[in-house]
Amino acid sequence: MTLDLFLQHLSNGISLGSLYALIAIGYTMVYGILRLINFAHGDIFMMATYFAFFGIVTFGIPWFITFPLVLVLTAVLGMGVEAVAYRPLRDAPKISVLISAIGASFFLENLTIVLFGGVPKPFPAPKIFTDVVQVGTVSIQKLTFYIPVVTLISLLGLVYLINKTKTGMAMRAVSMDHETARVMGININRTISFTFGLGSLLAAVGGIMWGLKFPQIQPLMGVIPGLKCFIAAVIGGIGNIGGAVIGGFILGIGEIMLIAFLPNLTGYRDAFAFVLLILILMSKPTGILGEKTAEKV
Amino acid sequence: MAEHKKRNQILTAVSVLLLLGFITFAENYLDLYIVRILNVCAIYAILGMSMNLINGFTGLFSLGHAGFMAVGAYTTALLTMPPAVKQQIFYLAPLAKPLDQMNLAFPLALLAGGLLAALVGLLIAAPVLRLKGDYLAIATLGFAEIIRVVFTNTQTITNGALGLKGIPALTNLWWSFGTTAFTLVVLLSLINSSYGRALKAIREDEIAAEAMGINLAKHKTLSFVLGAFFAGIGGGLLGNLLGTIDPKMFSSMFTFNILLIVVLGGMGSLTGSIISAFIVTIANEVLRFLDESINLGFVVLQGKVGMRSVVFSAALMFVVLFYRHGLMGSKEFSWDRLLAGKFVRKLMGCFKKRLPEGGCDQ
Repeated sequence: MTLDLFLQHLSNGISLGSLYALIAIGYTMVYGILRLINFAHGDIFMMATYFAFFGIVTFGIPWFITFPLVLVLTAVLGMGVEAVAYRPLRDAPKISVLISAIGASFFLENLTIVLFGGVPKPFPAPKIFTDVVQVGTVSIQKLTFYIPVVTLISLLGLVYLINKTKTGMAMRAVSMDHETARVMGININRTISFTFGLGSLLAAVGGIMWGLKFPQIQPLMGVIPGLKCFIAAVIGGIGNIGGAVIGGFILGIGEIMLIAFLPNLTGYRDAFAFVLLILILMSKPTGILGEKTAEKV
Repeated sequence: MAEHKKRNQILTAVSVLLLLGFITFAENYLDLYIVRILNVCAIYAILGMSMNLINGFTGLFSLGHAGFMAVGAYTTALLTMPPAVKQQIFYLAPLAKPLDQMNLAFPLALLAGGLLAALVGLLIAAPVLRLKGDYLAIATLGFAEIIRVVFTNTQTITNGALGLKGIPALTNLWWSFGTTAFTLVVLLSLINSSYGRALKAIREDEIAAEAMGINLAKHKTLSFVLGAFFAGIGGGLLGNLLGTIDPKMFSSMFTFNILLIVVLGGMGSLTGSIISAFIVTIANEVLRFLDESINLGFVVLQGKVGMRSVVFSAALMFVVLFYRHGLMGSKEFSWDRLLAGKFVRKLMGCFKKRLPEGGCDQ
């Protein structure tokens, strides 16, 4: 393999990894605060791409207005899912909430199929993102550079929000202990709802960029990326935002390199993440950055 | 009490006889479409019970059922298909030897399917059962997904994405209902044994169970492998009922359908799973109109393809949100409870009182 080709694969891997990281953060935040997998997260991501599609194609709104609108709509959707599928079950056994989340995920998928049809739609990618630039002998889409930059900006914003603002402090408090946080005067429901909104917003950022990179959208497109990003979050250590980013990059770069170096295994691409997950869980069940927790009796 | 026991035995014997009579009648006189639905009901009951053993009784939230079903379905199908048909459908790449010449009787093939699924379950159990809660869920889901991906790529064994066609239609009501009964008897006797009590103890509190001297790994593996075995058999019956199978069929969607059955019937109730398997499958057929357009004579309502799935996912959420314990909770069906029920008592009371004057007018 030549160096050029390797660099091309690496840049692809980094941009895929950035996308995984953005979505993985949504999982890790919800897990951190509720100790639950948000099974509907992948579908919220899918809905974001549909919002963008309708904004640009159906209503003809220019992309720089549509994209912020999509972020808001998706955040509202995430809060809605929380209100319907999670809040009524706050004191229920975990297994009930998991099933309810699976139901919500299913509902979103099937509703999209009914409303918008199961046929894949072309994502309207504005030209300034898809232009190709030549770097030496490597030709790369401009988007490949934008994606890590946008991811980085979102991450910095998120870290600032969590560490420096009052809302962020409330989120950290709730994730440590619901009861104590409530005693301290924190509105638990509002904080959890905000966490869902924030996670969904990041999923929307990821969704828009995913649509630009792989310009074909369909109702079940969120399932596999959703699972993979959850795996990324687990690999990095779930509940830990830095871990989610590391996990996302490991998964994204690993996947691209697997195909690049072992083209025979292309068919097994989707299995790679799961194999990695099982290996990690067997050797270090709490992930790379996760802390070991002992169960109190 | 003894009197009740005798009464219950008689009632059970009578209902078994009635069921046998009904199967004979259905096999000979009923519409093929209805027979097929009844078969699917019974197969889903097997799948529901086997998933209930893992999820409801042992408290292991496993989402790998579709994988086990796929293993069972493919094994049984490949072992029962005549060699000529195999040669015909494997046109991209020939079937690996010695599978291409093998042909077993249906029960042996089913058993092989179940055993192979159990073996896969055993291999998976070692790494996966160290996990808990949602980690376990995602890892088992991942394993099912890996099985599906592998089946899509092993062209010489599973015919890849093309799937298998022309599987002999060997599943009939005798097989499906018989297997359901067999599954029920085996699982009921397991659950009422000391093993079953250990499983329930693990479900309630793992640490306490371990402190009482229960070997966690052994019991969890037992439940997982047995669940996989019956899932494999259910898959085998399903493949030989439908006639065609392909890897797409065994996606996580399928697992969630079974999960709906388990939750609706009640986690921890085998008879609940059977009842809800029938309800869900029949409802699925009745709701078919949602996918098609309805002609009411004066107006044609346009159905939308996929509407049925929307209703189904909403039903799953509805059950969990408002009806968390399902139809049966963790109780099993019993004649005592049925006869002590309000409705039946009223019926009996009015039957006894009014009989001399000539029936019940209520």
